[in-house]
Amino acid sequence: MTTVIREGWTTLKSIFTGMGVTIRHFFKPAVTELYPEEKVELPKGARAKLYVNIDDCIGCNLCARACPVNCIDIETVLATSDVDLGKTSTGNPKRFWLTQFDIDMAKCMYCDLCTFPCPTDCIYMVPEYEYSEFDRTNLIYHFSDLTPEKVDEVKEKAEKEAEEKKKERERKMKEKKAKAKDKAKSKPKPKSKQPDNKEDEES
Amino acid sequence: MIESYGNINPVLAVLIHALIPLTIILVYALVAIWGERKVAGFIQDRLGPHRVGGWHGWAQSIADLLKLIQKEDIVPKDASRFLFKFAPFMMFAASYAAFAVLPFSSWYIGSMIDIGVFYLIAITSVLTLSVIMAGWASNNKWSLLGGMRSAAQLVSYEVPTIATVLTVIVVSGSLNLMTVTELQSGNDILGFLPNWFIFQNPFLIIAFGIFFISILVESHRVPFDLPESESELVAGYQTEYSGMRWAMFMLAEYADMLLLSLLGVTLFFGGWNSPFGSFMSGPAWGFFWFLLKGFLLVFVMMWIRWTLPRYRVDQLMHICWGILIPATFINLILVALWEVVF
Repeated sequence: MTTVIREGWTTLKSIFTGMGVTIRHFFKPAVTELYPEEKVELPKGARAKLYVNIDDCIGCNLCARACPVNCIDIETVLATSDVDLGKTSTGNPKRFWLTQFDIDMAKCMYCDLCTFPCPTDCIYMVPEYEYSEFDRTNLIYHFSDLTPEKVDEVKEKAEKEAEEKKKERERKMKEKKAKAKDKAKSKPKPKSKQPDNKEDEES
Repeated sequence: MIESYGNINPVLAVLIHALIPLTIILVYALVAIWGERKVAGFIQDRLGPHRVGGWHGWAQSIADLLKLIQKEDIVPKDASRFLFKFAPFMMFAASYAAFAVLPFSSWYIGSMIDIGVFYLIAITSVLTLSVIMAGWASNNKWSLLGGMRSAAQLVSYEVPTIATVLTVIVVSGSLNLMTVTELQSGNDILGFLPNWFIFQNPFLIIAFGIFFISILVESHRVPFDLPESESELVAGYQTEYSGMRWAMFMLAEYADMLLLSLLGVTLFFGGWNSPFGSFMSGPAWGFFWFLLKGFLLVFVMMWIRWTLPRYRVDQLMHICWGILIPATFINLILVALWEVVF
């Protein structure tokens, strides 16, 4: 009998304690965030989406090389000598046209390794996470701001200049060779100089 | 009271009398299902349904009802077709019929019969029958187990329920719920407390405790929801039901909850009497107070649901036969002695 009363008392006490706990939670404000209307501010350093500030990019390709999954695809064209691409906001001179700067966010594994090597800090994560797509190809983000026509023009120009430079170099090389031959003909060199000439010829 | 309508067509009068509780039950069920989910949400520091209808998702139940109406009416191949289809309606009919003897207000009671409580207890035992019917007709092991558990617990808990009701009848001396309510009018106890039975006699507080536990069992509420215990029996006797037939079960369950709460209010908390004596009392206020007290009890049932875990079957039976029934009968004798002495 006494055990029944004692157990009954403990049971009742624990039930009322439990009900006290639940009623306190009943009046507490909910912790729910009404997601589409209210958005939680992402913590600093959250890795959500890569962004490239293309104006600051110098086309050094360091980020693409750092990427473990090869999701960054960069194509650069050397700027011809008649154009000045200016400098980045950090003061580095820009020497390349960025004809292609694609990041495939479907491949990206959010390791953040590409952001550290960047000498101008132009590639970084932005706190934007609502970019789901129905088609995977839409997840490839094109950051290059050049139009296709501009790209063709730039490439053509660069090729021409490269050709000219090549010709120039060949011409110089020939001149050099001719000079060297002339020298060799005009006055026989001392034996010690011989290997140098050979090296020139080989290169 | 039909007589008070005088020269209105009796059929029309009966319809009006039948429709008032039905309207209350249907509106209440929609609100209570939404309310239950909100209560669950708030207790768990969530918000609960929050999208449908604007303000706190008030239209959630209506949307759910529309969904359930559109669903296909599936009857399992090997089920007993007629019984399977009939069980939910019988269950609702049983709890709806019991509303006839509840005095909603000083001038409204469905049927003024002198054996009101007796009728109410008799008609609610049909609930058990319909639960077994659903469980058996489904031809499903979970349904059958749920039905059997329900039968076991309802049959056992009828005893303490009836015995606690009997303690109140000992005090009131009438089986008519209207008379029981009228006996509780006025504010005489200690000069300010209303004349409710719960305040009249200290042993009736214990009686109310036992009565409340028993009605939790009878309306299959947590911690005694063994017939439909989700984690063990899928959904108990409701497992094979879908669409509107399942909705009828839910409706009957919520109606049963309200019915038993209102019975508790009538027996212990003064029914339609205002807690402030003559202040805010009258036929219309009677409706308000009666339903408000009932809803408060329903809220307590929800509150308990989200607090306590479920009992085991043997524990349930032990509570009933080992503790509640002896306690009720001792209590009954004590109440009777108190009535003789004072």
